[in-house]
Amino acid sequence: MNQKAYLPGEHPNLPPPSSIIGPVAWIRGNLFSTPANTVMTVLIVWLLYKSLPAAIDWLFIDAAYTGDNRDECKARGSGACWAFINERLRLFAYGFYPIEERWRVNLSFVLLIVATVAVLFDNLPYRKYGLYFAMAFPFIAGWLLIGGAGLTPVPTDKFGGFMLTLVIGITGIAASLPIGIALALGRQSRLPIIRLFSVGFIEFIRGVPLITLLFVASTMLSYFLPPGTSFDLLLRVLIMVTLFASAYMAEVIRGGLQAIPKGQLEAADAMGLKYWASMRLVVLPQALKISIPGIVNTFIGLYKDTTLVLIIGLLDPLGVGRASLADTKWTGLAYEVYLFVAIFFFISCFSMARYSLYLENKLQTGHKQ
Amino acid sequence: MSEAVLPRRNTISRLWNDKESRAVIVQIIATLLIFGFFAYLIRNAAINLEAIGKGYSFDFLTQPSNYDINQHFIEYTSRSSHLRAMSVGIINTLLVAVCGLVLATIVGFALGVMRLSRNWLTNKLAYVYIEYVRNVPLLLHILLVHGIIVHTLPVPKQAITVSDTAFLTNRGFYTPKPVFEPLFWVVGGLIVAGILFSLWFTRYAKKVQDQTGNHYPVFWINLGAIVGLPLVMYFLLGNPITWDTPELQGFNFKGGMVLRPEFIALWLALSLYTASFIGEIVRAGITAVSWGQTEASYALGINRGRTLNLVVIPQALRVIVPPLTSQYLNLTKNSSLAIAIGYMDIVATIGGISLNQTGREMECMTIVLLLYLTMSLLISAAMNWYNKRIKLVER
Repeated sequence: MNQKAYLPGEHPNLPPPSSIIGPVAWIRGNLFSTPANTVMTVLIVWLLYKSLPAAIDWLFIDAAYTGDNRDECKARGSGACWAFINERLRLFAYGFYPIEERWRVNLSFVLLIVATVAVLFDNLPYRKYGLYFAMAFPFIAGWLLIGGAGLTPVPTDKFGGFMLTLVIGITGIAASLPIGIALALGRQSRLPIIRLFSVGFIEFIRGVPLITLLFVASTMLSYFLPPGTSFDLLLRVLIMVTLFASAYMAEVIRGGLQAIPKGQLEAADAMGLKYWASMRLVVLPQALKISIPGIVNTFIGLYKDTTLVLIIGLLDPLGVGRASLADTKWTGLAYEVYLFVAIFFFISCFSMARYSLYLENKLQTGHKQ
Repeated sequence: MSEAVLPRRNTISRLWNDKESRAVIVQIIATLLIFGFFAYLIRNAAINLEAIGKGYSFDFLTQPSNYDINQHFIEYTSRSSHLRAMSVGIINTLLVAVCGLVLATIVGFALGVMRLSRNWLTNKLAYVYIEYVRNVPLLLHILLVHGIIVHTLPVPKQAITVSDTAFLTNRGFYTPKPVFEPLFWVVGGLIVAGILFSLWFTRYAKKVQDQTGNHYPVFWINLGAIVGLPLVMYFLLGNPITWDTPELQGFNFKGGMVLRPEFIALWLALSLYTASFIGEIVRAGITAVSWGQTEASYALGINRGRTLNLVVIPQALRVIVPPLTSQYLNLTKNSSLAIAIGYMDIVATIGGISLNQTGREMECMTIVLLLYLTMSLLISAAMNWYNKRIKLVER
């Protein structure tokens, strides 16, 4: 009846129909689009309904946050016993680092954050000095942690907990990238003997598990040193972890190198650049950019692999956790310990992965579809 | 003429500035340095070993090992030699690696497909699972699964049971053990014959289809030959398998087959961890096949199932196989973490207890490294062969 007639172009813009937009349409499209989808949705909702409330109860609601031993914990709540973690927090963080010297660990950690921020984000003021500082950081931190030259020396077997993870992880990350680049270039070299050695090294390391290399470090490496000398277990582990990661790094970077068209190198040759100059200015910047996801994955792998040191007797967080579980006061609280350590690793590794995604997007200079 | 104009340089700088001769010099120096380094290490080792009166020999391998291994598939007692212990270790490593590869592949492909699902919940569930598992160290997973089995499952007396034949306890998973009677080997022979037949028949059917266009129901005929016929024979012969069921005696079960908690923990943790990586690889592989391929296939009137089988999956496999290879290698190498929970694999036997008992670090570690190298090389060779087979045939 009262249908209004519009002249062309005068019809007001109407909102889209509710079957296209809005929560109902979203639910229909994403959860119940086909019979099979509906079955899946119902199944998953049922599973979540069965498991989530129980998990939340155990984790938070029924959990005990204070208490002096396991029985007190269990009396306060039937859920997790976080009092245990609370009591052991210092041990988890510092291992057996002397209590009066722990400010050195804290200071190194703050410096680490400064150095990391300078490396990660390129739109900061005074970033150049930040980078210089980042380069000097491993030495400063090494001096702070080990001591000597004015500070009380701390033997490395006192290192432990998350601090040990960070020491191994960051040394490995910082050292394996340059060695990996060198190995990748060696593998691509036109000098047959250099190539042979690089391939041999990479394939050997990639063919054996890290744990065997750590055993080599802990049991037989001292045989290969000049008689009468011996060096620190932590240092041996650091060397092995670095070598292990650099072989994987080399393969990732080789992938990037192979993806660079030959024309780039030929163009660099034509410009009169020598080998190192053409690598540094033309090939490597492009190759490294392509290999960022792989490089970060290798970092994450290395970081997770630091837990293996517990098998040869170093006290990383898992090692601290297992040692704590042996305490009769707190026996049987394995889940709390493992969950706590898992959360620590998850946060570090997941943020590394997210940063790599961010970097990938930022460095994407090509056309995006 | 022009040569006379060039200023004369001394020989060394001329050699160094010439590309060819410099290459030779650099390589000679590198070789000398590396061999010198190794010679230095070996000399040190020789001096050190001599100082403590140890030689380098593999004689200890034939001496009795004096330790027990709870899971052994070949005859083994504590009187057996270290060599025998090593063989048990190798078999245990291979067992967990092969079982792990199978389960990881199945779960991984399922996760990859779930990640591509249009169902939002399925998709996110797989995402959360993958991100959690990938970002937590494998060793932690292994310890956690082991902890769950040992601490949460009931003792044998209160075992969780499936119709009184299989039992789930904290000492392991007990299942009935098949005992093959002689007549069973007729059925076994039929299965082998069925496999051989289906291999031949697949090629024959393809040839017929290429020549005439006629299409055989290859899958159903092969299924009949491999499964159907032996099944019929099995019942005709009157069930030639009897089952040895486990029974509770005292504090533990006797008889049947047992999967030990260490094995289950290692197997599940390894496969579920690797599966999360495989899931992402599969997802990337399938998304790498452009949607146009599927559309083109639909336009040709090929149905959904065949489009997947004949168009999408073959192309996706080309992207999937190389990274899948390295995941398989990782799984095999990661099985060495067994030592953390006491599963007796290569590292725990010859690289662990044997090493500690004999004090022969050099020899034991050499053996362990060589064994893993061989295994890795064999797996890469097999996967390279497969990769070559499915590679795009180009002009």
